[in-house]
Amino acid sequence: MASVEIRDVRKAYGSTRVIHGVDVDIADGEFVILVGPSGCGKSTLLRMIAGLENISGGEIRIGDRVVNDVPPKERDIAMVFQNYALYPHMTVADNMAFSMKLRKADKAEIESRIDRAAGILGLKPLLDRFPRQLSGGQRQRVAMGRAIVRDPQVFLFDEPLSNLDAKLRVQMRTEIKELHQRLKTTTVYVTHDQIEAMTMADKIVVMHDGIVEQIGSPLELYDRPGNRFVAGFIGSPSMNFLDGRISGDGFETDGGLRLPLATAPAGSEGKPAVYGLRPEHIALDPAGIPVTVKVIEPTGSETQVFADAAGQQVVCVFRERITAKPGETIHISANPRLIHLFDPQEGSRLTH
Amino acid sequence: MVDVASTGMNHRPATGSQRSAWAKLSTSSGWLGFWYMVPAAGILILFLAYPLFLGVWMSFTDTRIGRPGEFVGLENYEWLQDDTVFWLSVFNTLLYTVVASGAKFVIGLYLALLMNHHLPFRSLIRALVLIPFIVPTVLSAIAFWWIFDSQYSIISWSLMKMGLITENINFLGDPNLARACVIFANIWRGVPFIAITLLAGLQTVSPSLYEAATLDGATRWQLFRYVTYPLLTPIIAIVMTFSVLFTFTDFQLIWAMTRGGPVNSTHLMATLSYQRAILSGHLGEGAAIATAMIPFLLAAIMFSWFGLQQRKWQHGGSND
Ligand SMILES: Nc1ncnc2c1ncn2[C@@H]1O[C@H](COP(=O)(O)OP(=O)(O)OP(=O)(O)O)[C@@H](O)[C@H]1O
Ligand SMILES: [Mg+2]
Repeated sequence: MASVEIRDVRKAYGSTRVIHGVDVDIADGEFVILVGPSGCGKSTLLRMIAGLENISGGEIRIGDRVVNDVPPKERDIAMVFQNYALYPHMTVADNMAFSMKLRKADKAEIESRIDRAAGILGLKPLLDRFPRQLSGGQRQRVAMGRAIVRDPQVFLFDEPLSNLDAKLRVQMRTEIKELHQRLKTTTVYVTHDQIEAMTMADKIVVMHDGIVEQIGSPLELYDRPGNRFVAGFIGSPSMNFLDGRISGDGFETDGGLRLPLATAPAGSEGKPAVYGLRPEHIALDPAGIPVTVKVIEPTGSETQVFADAAGQQVVCVFRERITAKPGETIHISANPRLIHLFDPQEGSRLTH
Repeated sequence: MVDVASTGMNHRPATGSQRSAWAKLSTSSGWLGFWYMVPAAGILILFLAYPLFLGVWMSFTDTRIGRPGEFVGLENYEWLQDDTVFWLSVFNTLLYTVVASGAKFVIGLYLALLMNHHLPFRSLIRALVLIPFIVPTVLSAIAFWWIFDSQYSIISWSLMKMGLITENINFLGDPNLARACVIFANIWRGVPFIAITLLAGLQTVSPSLYEAATLDGATRWQLFRYVTYPLLTPIIAIVMTFSVLFTFTDFQLIWAMTRGGPVNSTHLMATLSYQRAILSGHLGEGAAIATAMIPFLLAAIMFSWFGLQQRKWQHGGSND
């Protein structure tokens, strides 16, 4: 096990620059998730840690060793690929044994390691099968088994669950989490699914267009998003953003609705701002602001309401059942301590 | 209208039963399949089975050009058994096939691996590799004939200019040199087919397998040995079967370059058969030589058939 330090790392393919200086510190044994929209450079960063892409600038350390010029096989990392990359002509057991056979480990050791990994992952009955004869979830487990037998310093995962169906994904999520708690190996995990990130990570790195937007624990990112991008990316359904300006001790939307603020930022009277409000923090309140219901989507446990607040769309999630019909007006309010204010130009956070 | 209706009424029982018989036939998938197969089977019988049968039959007769033959049993084959030229051609054919196919495989695989890498001018190199394949065989044979000419050979000329030799090399006049030359020409001509086919096979191997193996600690040689080669074996089996069949039955190159000479040292079974049957007019004997190729070709096909049989990892299903 080892820590990983990423210092001002840059990547360019020819003249296309895709990563513009990224700093991340990953402590020994930590489970870190890189998350961000498609094309933001998550896989590229992961592959640079693995040594599959060379590093255009900056420095990556694994343990106390700078690995910029260390070939992949000497970095002591194991990677699980999105398409699993199992060797189709080898059985499950041979797939797992391959790395050990290459470094000429002795037979007894190979067998005991495979046995242990197969035990952890429930692969024992499948050891003689070929990858073709496995289901998606089983292949996924074999890919993890191949990583586990290596007993590496760092595990790297690149969207390992994206080929699985929704139910299996939830199950594998738990399994990977359990595996990490058991092995305590430093893990870097890439996903574009923010729910996966929220549920699994010790620490989330939110990336966007080749830069890091924010690093923090899942709840930190949820409670105190550092900017409008992170606020919109973390949480589902995503946060509502209302344009308007600060006036007095409250906020007035462009449509003239008045919303409460816990404390207005000093010296901001009359300045334009963006009012961020999570759908699940909205409650029905006869004393609240009036909004017009447009669409109602009951999911059983909760009800999502798409409404119009004086010209701006608001999504609300209510735990209770809603009797209102589309076209009717309902009154809503939110706890002012749970709202976020952002700068309309830069997107940076205005509240404390 | 009335007429039609009444006729329909009159004949109803008859047409009804006819139709049901016809309906049964036309909807029975066995019959339908039979009818779909008829054209293909007809073409195969007409153009493949019939000539093959005729050839084999002819080898049991003493047919000559211009004279219908009589059945003579195995006489032609008995003749061949004592015919040293025939046995020389068998030896030549085997030598030609084994050496040329082996060399074509090694060079083709090497070129395919090379072209699969990020080379500068990759598309130019790919186009260059294809040239021998595009040039008509007879044309390239004539070019080789010039290259290996006893007087005007460019090789002799260059070597003489460099002062390495003092007189022209008689490439196609010396038996062993001539063999080497035709084999060289065959290799030159056959490599592109193998290289391009293997390249197509290489490109189906997912790059992430190489990445996974690299992370697993494989060296470049081990990547080839444990990932590329096993994944390529099905395609290698196919391409080498074709290569062996084409090389074994080669005719054009030899005929254009040496006509089997000098002193029969480059005669293959195909060229000898042509010479005996068409040029000398002994159709029966020529047919016997051609028929004698069949067991060899069958052996080659059987060999690759078993080589080609799907390996267990290629198919899903039961785990036996
Ligand atoms: N070989 C390459 N040459 C040029 N640009 C590349 C290359 N590989 C990736 N890129 C670019 O780098 C950027 C980041 O790619 P990357 O694969 O890291 O995205 P990602 O965050 O993993 O996205 P996804 O969630 O879709 O997998 C993309 O804009 C992509 O177009
Ligand atoms: Mg990716």
